[in-house]
Amino acid sequence: MEPIIIEGTPKTPTVKFDASEGVFEIKGRSIPENSVEFYKPLVDWLDRYKESPLEKTVVDIRLEYFNTSSSKCILDIFKRLENIHKAKNEVQINWYYEEDDEDMLEAGEDYESIIRVPFKMIEIA
Amino acid sequence: MGFNVDTYIKQHVKDGVILDVRGNIDSDVINKILDTIEDRMISSDELPKLRKKVYNVLVESLQNLYHHVDEVPEDFYDQEAERFGVVVIQKLERGYRIVTGNFVHVEHLPKLEERLQRINKSTFEEIKELYKFILNHQRISDKGGGGLGLVDIAKKTGRKLNYTFEKYNDEYCFFYMNIVIDDSEEGQKW
Repeated sequence: MEPIIIEGTPKTPTVKFDASEGVFEIKGRSIPENSVEFYKPLVDWLDRYKESPLEKTVVDIRLEYFNTSSSKCILDIFKRLENIHKAKNEVQINWYYEEDDEDMLEAGEDYESIIRVPFKMIEIA
Repeated sequence: MGFNVDTYIKQHVKDGVILDVRGNIDSDVINKILDTIEDRMISSDELPKLRKKVYNVLVESLQNLYHHVDEVPEDFYDQEAERFGVVVIQKLERGYRIVTGNFVHVEHLPKLEERLQRINKSTFEEIKELYKFILNHQRISDKGGGGLGLVDIAKKTGRKLNYTFEKYNDEYCFFYMNIVIDDSEEGQKW
């Protein structure tokens, strides 16, 4: 599968979904006014990836900020990962948060409570 | 007494105004406001925790204006502004105040009031559950709004929403939000 690589901007995150390298990451800031346009290709990519995923898919989410519009799209991404996990292919989501950023930690915990995929909360000093 | 944004602003925002924008709130204006406030907080050596909270709440309040302002009334002086809004930001002793204002057509009033009241009569635990519920169950609108903005502001500030509706005419009112982000006792904290 062709990887998806998107360079970050002041309002949208850097994305790399590359099955051949085993790298799946979303990092930076996600605060576009309408996030659906940005995230749709990522969701579509994961729908195709689901047909032949790696034995284990580890996804790194390392966001400094994300707005509520993005939060719904991120949930969509996680729901696709949940489908992969349900089909017996291992998935793990690494949720990074900065030291003292309780809001980001709580956001990760919210997703963890909704999505049936193992989450690992990783504090960045 | 005629409609006058200044009256509300002077009543609720004393010294320490660091930004005062009244006009069209488009994507460029939002970007400029965010950059200005972020730079200001960095140069004031604000702690990352406060900086992040203020930035997050500012993003949500500005994008609420972007998604939800109604057209200006026919007799309003600024007919060019597709999304007329007011944004005033004040530096407080231990944080920041964000005041926003926008026109709301009376037909949109009941739904907005219902949302605000639902948030304000909830406990903090209920707010957190409400956030998760809307996140998981409500679809994104065509405008890109997720229905989460007001709940998110309440959750992040730890305060009930402080708002005012001022009548403009029979068809419109002006909706103010007065948001405080700090660790003081101002406002109704949960």
